[in-house]
Amino acid sequence: MLAATSILKSPAVLALALGLAVAGCAKKDKLPDNSGQLGLNNSGEAPGSPGEFTTTIGDRVFFETDSTILTATARQTLTGQAQWLLRYPNYLITIEGHADERGTREYNLALGARRAAATRDFLASQGVPRSRIRTISFGKERPIAVCNDISCWSQNRRARTALTQPQG
Amino acid sequence: MFSTFKKLFITLIAIFAFATSASARIEFDITRGNVEPLPVAIMDFQGDKVAQDISAIISNNLRNSGLFKITDKAAFIQKTLPVSGRPKLEDWRVLNVQALANGAVSKLADGRLRVDYRLWDIFASEEVFGGKRLEIEAKFWRRAAHIISDKIYEGLTGEKGYFDSRVVFVDESGPKNKRVKRLVIMDQDGANIRTLTRGSDLVLTPRFSPTRQEITYMSFEGGQPRVYLLQIETGQREVVGNFPGMTFSPRFSPDGQKIVMSLQQEGNANIYSMDLRSRNTTRLTSGAAIDTAPSFAPDGSRLVFESDRGGRQQLYVMGAGGGTPKRISFGNGRYSTPVWSPRGDLIAFTKQSGGQFLIGVMKPDGSGERILAEGFHNEGPTWAPNGRVLMFFRESPGAKGGPKLYSIDLTGRNERKVQTPSFASDPAWSPLLD
Repeated sequence: MLAATSILKSPAVLALALGLAVAGCAKKDKLPDNSGQLGLNNSGEAPGSPGEFTTTIGDRVFFETDSTILTATARQTLTGQAQWLLRYPNYLITIEGHADERGTREYNLALGARRAAATRDFLASQGVPRSRIRTISFGKERPIAVCNDISCWSQNRRARTALTQPQG
Repeated sequence: MFSTFKKLFITLIAIFAFATSASARIEFDITRGNVEPLPVAIMDFQGDKVAQDISAIISNNLRNSGLFKITDKAAFIQKTLPVSGRPKLEDWRVLNVQALANGAVSKLADGRLRVDYRLWDIFASEEVFGGKRLEIEAKFWRRAAHIISDKIYEGLTGEKGYFDSRVVFVDESGPKNKRVKRLVIMDQDGANIRTLTRGSDLVLTPRFSPTRQEITYMSFEGGQPRVYLLQIETGQREVVGNFPGMTFSPRFSPDGQKIVMSLQQEGNANIYSMDLRSRNTTRLTSGAAIDTAPSFAPDGSRLVFESDRGGRQQLYVMGAGGGTPKRISFGNGRYSTPVWSPRGDLIAFTKQSGGQFLIGVMKPDGSGERILAEGFHNEGPTWAPNGRVLMFFRESPGAKGGPKLYSIDLTGRNERKVQTPSFASDPAWSPLLD
């Protein structure tokens, strides 16, 4: 794991990886949520980049209505996230909790915070230091899907793991 | 005549207030038709253009209350009436006009406006009140109209009015997934719109101070969601308290000296109160629950709030200093965003039931629940200062949908759209300006 980090820091490898990323950026195949665990990376994103994190592991997990329980799929995704985050320990992590629009504003702020906390706790249980993780709730204020049915609402009930670029 | 109207009006309110059965929805059919709007004539006040504009605003206010029918000026037989004159009663009785207001506007040497006005009971052949006078800076001519509207409302119903008041709300623009939200303040009738925040930060749930020109609200400024205090006139802002997590859902105490709000602590939200002078904070609730949307009783002795401690959102009442909360909502559904009426007699709320979001009221002990507005998504009621009208927002569904403001009276029959420049949510009604 340390080796991987140090190789990535070599300018030549980084340039190569970026080249691949540019070459492949038109093709962003949707991989299964747990593809990271399976060692897949045909996304063309540079290893260790937030792009790779998002496309090969998935930066978000989804919740049932009014629930903060992590589903089996969500736990799988988060396990992959934790492994990746341990491999690239420089990233700071912000977990954004969100709710769908079918709740009242104040409650949804708290519900989003609960979802973010549940997500953070799971990552911490997988060894990601809590000191790297910050949480924020947006309640129902930042939907990603805007149609008026369950298919959209279910995409909005989410926790997103956002990465901040490594320092130095 | 008005005494009859007054009695009827008060009886109607009383019927609603004392309707029991916590869970059943009350049918309005029997009582809805009971109070016919009272026919009222508002004569153009004598004077220049501003006098006519003042009369028009008074007519508009009274009409919007749903309690009065404003007689068409074109039908008037007596076309003018000096403020010192007596109306020709028979000319008004033919039109079935029950009450008549007349007045005159003049300009004082210092530029201020003087408004003299009277209110007549046509059938009793006497003044309801006479010789009232108002002197006000010319630029506040709309306020003069609102103050007079309040006097007329009070003269005819025996209840305080609510027209000389303002509303702060969240103006929403841009696509649904990238909404820009700004705090906007306006007069109760939609005039004098003024933007209070620039839109660079997400802002939510503004609430008026009951005693000062101040608003408390939540902002995501700097990526840190926290409760703020904003001076309306100077624009000066400050963070309320120094809490370790997200603070939200703020509201003032009735004396304006405290702010109650929720603090997010891990997965739980607890209610805290902060004294604005000493800056001391007190924790009012604890435990593994989302406790939020606190609202004081007008005497400051108790708080109503929502909590999911019993599994899903319900309303609870506790002492202003904390203590064991008592659940008051037991109907079929989830209850949230409770707001105590400034009269103390009712608590307004949002209720989610059967896939709908409803606006309703109940007594502080939980009895007498009544639903006033139904539909896909109604949320966040706020009380007019006289406790007889509610404003809330109604969200239309879908990508192009968004919230708009509506008002409804306690009978549930007079629902009106409130004009705003764009989508609008989270309204909060000010106290009477006085």
